[in-house]
Formats: sequence, C-alpha cells, structure tokens
Amino acid sequence: MNVNEVKKLALDIRIEALNMMSKHGFGHVGGSLSIADAIAVLYGEQMKYDPQNPKWEARDYLVLSKGHCGPALYSALAIKGFFPREELLTINEIGTRLPSHADKNLTPGIDMTTGSLGQGVSCALGMALALKIQGKDNMVYSIIGDGEAQEGQVWETLLIAPNKGVKNFIVMLDNNKQQLDDFVEKISPLGDVRKKAEDFGWHAVTVDGHDVEAINAAIEECKASDKPGFINLETVKGKGWPAKEGVNGNHALRGPAFEGVEEVLENMRKELAAMN
Amino acid sequence: MKLILNENMDDIELTKAYNEALIAVAKENPNVVDVEADVANCIFGPNFQKEFPERYIDLGICEQSLSSVSAGMSAVGMVPFCHTFAVFASRRMCDQNYISCAYAKNNVKIVASAPGISSGENGGTHHANEDIALVRPITDITIMEPADSAAMRWAVKNAAENFGVYYIRAERYGQKRIYADDAEFKIGQANVIREGNDVTLIAEGNLMLDASLKAADLLAAEGISARVVDIFTIKPIDVDTIVKCANETGAIVTVENHSITGGLGSAVAEVLVDQFCAVPMKRIGVPNRFGEVGQIPDLQKVMHMTPEDIAAAAKTVIGGKK
Repeated sequence: MNVNEVKKLALDIRIEALNMMSKHGFGHVGGSLSIADAIAVLYGEQMKYDPQNPKWEARDYLVLSKGHCGPALYSALAIKGFFPREELLTINEIGTRLPSHADKNLTPGIDMTTGSLGQGVSCALGMALALKIQGKDNMVYSIIGDGEAQEGQVWETLLIAPNKGVKNFIVMLDNNKQQLDDFVEKISPLGDVRKKAEDFGWHAVTVDGHDVEAINAAIEECKASDKPGFINLETVKGKGWPAKEGVNGNHALRGPAFEGVEEVLENMRKELAAMN
Repeated sequence: MKLILNENMDDIELTKAYNEALIAVAKENPNVVDVEADVANCIFGPNFQKEFPERYIDLGICEQSLSSVSAGMSAVGMVPFCHTFAVFASRRMCDQNYISCAYAKNNVKIVASAPGISSGENGGTHHANEDIALVRPITDITIMEPADSAAMRWAVKNAAENFGVYYIRAERYGQKRIYADDAEFKIGQANVIREGNDVTLIAEGNLMLDASLKAADLLAAEGISARVVDIFTIKPIDVDTIVKCANETGAIVTVENHSITGGLGSAVAEVLVDQFCAVPMKRIGVPNRFGEVGQIPDLQKVMHMTPEDIAAAAKTVIGGKK
C-alpha cells in the first residue's frame, strides 16, 4: 500500500466533505469525518471498482449502513472519478444526485440505498449471501455506526452471517463513541464489541480507525480468515476539526455551527499540499 | 376469462400451489431463491429445499432481516421470494419493506401467508387484518391476492418475470376452484366471476369470493341479480372495472378478508370518489376490532363476514339507490 497516497486521499475526503456540507449549511459532519480514513483505505487500496463502469460485475461492494455519512463517500467517489468534483456542491439541493443519505438509484458508485439504521448491513449480508450462491468472490464491505449497533437488526446480521458460512463479507464498526443525543456510553454502551462479534463467530479485530496502515492490515487479516470479518474501528467523531472532535453536538451541524470551518479547511489544504 | 366455478374443492391448497409454482419458476430461472424465516414448513418450503438446496435459505426468526437480506440479494441479481406469515410480512417488516425493498427499487417478492382471519386458531396476535392497509400506500408496490391455485401459479410466474416489489397474499387454505387451469390474468385487471345487474360484490381471496358467490345465490333466491368480481390485484386497482360496475349495477359491496379500514373497501371507495361516480356502497370485512382465536367459519360469524351478512349489505345498498 502506498501509505502517503491513502493518507492524502483521507485528507482530501475530509476537505471535500467539510467543504460541501459547510457551503450547503447542513450536514452530518461528525460521522463523515470519523470514517474518512476507512473509506480512504477501501477506495485507495482495497476495493475493486471502475469509475467509468460503476456497475462493473467484478467490483467489490460497499454498503454505507450509516447512510447519513454520505458526504464522506461522495467525496471519495468524486475524487476517484465517478462524477465531477464540482457536483459535490449540489448536495441536498432539489434534483441533486447527492442526497443526505446514500441512494443507489441516484449516485454513480453507490451500491445500496440506506438511511434507516440497521438495514444497510442486513442488505449487505444479502449481497454476500447471493454472491456466495453465485460462486463469485466479490467482497462486500459495510460500515455501521456504534450508535447504529443499538438496532436489533444489526445483531441479526451478526448472528446470521457466520451461521450461513459467509466469508466474503467485512463489517466495519465506526466506533466513534457518540450518537445524536449524547455519548454512547451514557445511552446504551456496546461493551466489548469486538469480543461480542468474536463470540458470534466473526474474525473480529480492533484497530485505530485513523491509522490507514492498521485498517489495511485488519482488512487483509479478515480476508485471509475463513470467517466473515468484523473490524472495530476506534475512532473520534469529528476527527480532523479539532474544535469538534469528541464534543457533544457534532453529529449534524447547521448554519452558524460551521463557524471556523474556513480556517480548518485552509489548514487541511496546506497539509495536503505539503504531502505532495 | 376461463372459469371452472363449481362446488368442488381445489385439488391443492393455496400454500401448496404457491410452493409448486415457485419450484416451477425456479426451474426456469436460476436466480430465483426461496428465503424463509422459520415458518417455511407452513408453506411446504422443504419441497423447494429438496429441489434446490443451494437456493433455499432459512434465516431463522428474524423478519426484519428477511426483508433486507432479500433486498440485498436482489441487488446482485437474484430474484428472492421471501415468505413469512402476513402479520410479520406487514407489521414487523414495514420499514424494511419500505426502505430496503421499495424505496431502494429492489426486486423482492414478499409472500404473506395466512392473511386475515385465515390464521384462525392462532388468534388475534396472528390475524393480519391490517396488512393491505400498511402495504398499499407504498409507492410502486404490486399487491396480489390469488384466489385459487390457477391464479397463484400465474401470480408467482408474473412476479418472477417482472422487476419490482410484490406483496402476494396466500391464504393458508384454498377451498373452492374459481379459474380454469389455463386462465390468463393481468396485473391491474379484475375478473367478473358471475354476471349480475342489481349490485356488484367486489371481493378478494378465496374465502371471501366463496362467501360472495354464496351471497349471490341467496340474493338470487330473492330475485336479486348480484355481480361478483374478483379484484385479484388490490394495487394497482382496476379503475375501469369498478367504474363500469358502479355505472351498470348502481350499488357496490366490497368483501375482504381484512379490516374494512385501509384495504379493498377503502381502495374501491377512493376510486368511486376520484372518478365522480359514487354509488351506494358498504364494506364487509373485519370491523374496527382486534382479531381473536377461533375457527374460520366461527370467525366469519363473529366478524360479520358470512354470506348472509354480505347479502344483507347488498340489499341495504340496493335500497340506497336514487
């Protein structure tokens, strides 16, 4: 893996995501920033895809089960050429192909419509099951949130996948410790979620969700296993915008809450330029 | 429309007819899969499993997953028929049917067995008297209630061959044969099962068509000519036939194995209002009350869904004509 390139991609994703959400004046900033590094590893190193042919049959699939973090994924898709970068600024405008929550019927490169938490990862399981029946080796990835893991349907997926012998399936948990209302710890904590997944029959690992090399190694380890993979990404909600990192109220920002974003973006752009 | 229409029992019950039809389409189409959630034995699922073990998936008791997993399978080219009892296929799977299946434009066939009072002795918890009301507002969904084995065969074949989300009601017990084996159906086309001029009984499903035909006999004995219509697809609904029946017979009774709120009766009333052809109309079905345990004939009496109830409603609407 070209570590510098993937790190650059992660930073570029953060810049584009923050830029589009702040220009529009609304967006799920916290969770989009916390998954930027995982998305960068997927689109910068691991996944097979063709921006000119988004429905390419041999591609790997990603289901963003935490569908409200579409901006991070849209940024990666635009950077990789699925559609022009300028289009990112159309987010949430009438007629856009980039709605707040991911929609497979609107956006080139999106494989499943999500937005009702718990369902995306379940759909991803269906994809992996179907590919297994078809004898294909495409990988199916799904990113879920730690708040989302309070949904019962997530645990149905965790139970079913190993029982049905699905191997081409990796679930990544964006364990950013926060949900809309408060810290997960204060509402309904997940406990040792890696251990729980392991007990359900997954090859389960915990990594620093902002260390692209560690994420990549975890994916390789899961792919080598004969079980479905579960990667607990230890992340910080709002990662990259220091004033918003790990503080309450960073789930979705609107209007004045974006104050200070220009300085953050300027610093990020300088950092990106220095990496070239 | 080719009819058989006699008092003979159907040679197979509707759930068996569904299973045989599914096996038949699976032989033609290698992408057809049977997805179940632990009530497969009630719909002869093991027969499918025996034929196509690799395309039979029993997920366990997890109806939310039944819907979403099927949606995911369809997104990579499979044609999943996912089955559970109608109570779960509607109430429990509601948001998954909406988002994972319909909103996402996936290709899922939801098969809802034992709808309405046909769940009988399983009692109020298992009576899906509101399933059509929950499913009908979902955009682009097709709702079918095949009334006998011939209709069921056509329904399953049509669902397998056409992209989109289908909700297929499958009564647990079929009783009376309605259609000839080679009868041809259409989505959005109701079928006139018995001609008549004084009133139209618009029914759905075997149980209520049977009751409606018996009601027509009761009315005939009193010199009243009742037309009987099998609606077949509740969505899309056959606007032309409903308007024609309203204009030609001047009075309508809807007869459904479902709550009178939100189902066939509501759908027909919406057509009459929208088309400016409101005529006297009454709705026979489960009134505003929960289901309860009992055998089907007794439940029909308790819920006022007998041939006598239908005939009485017919006379009331005829009396309401101007």
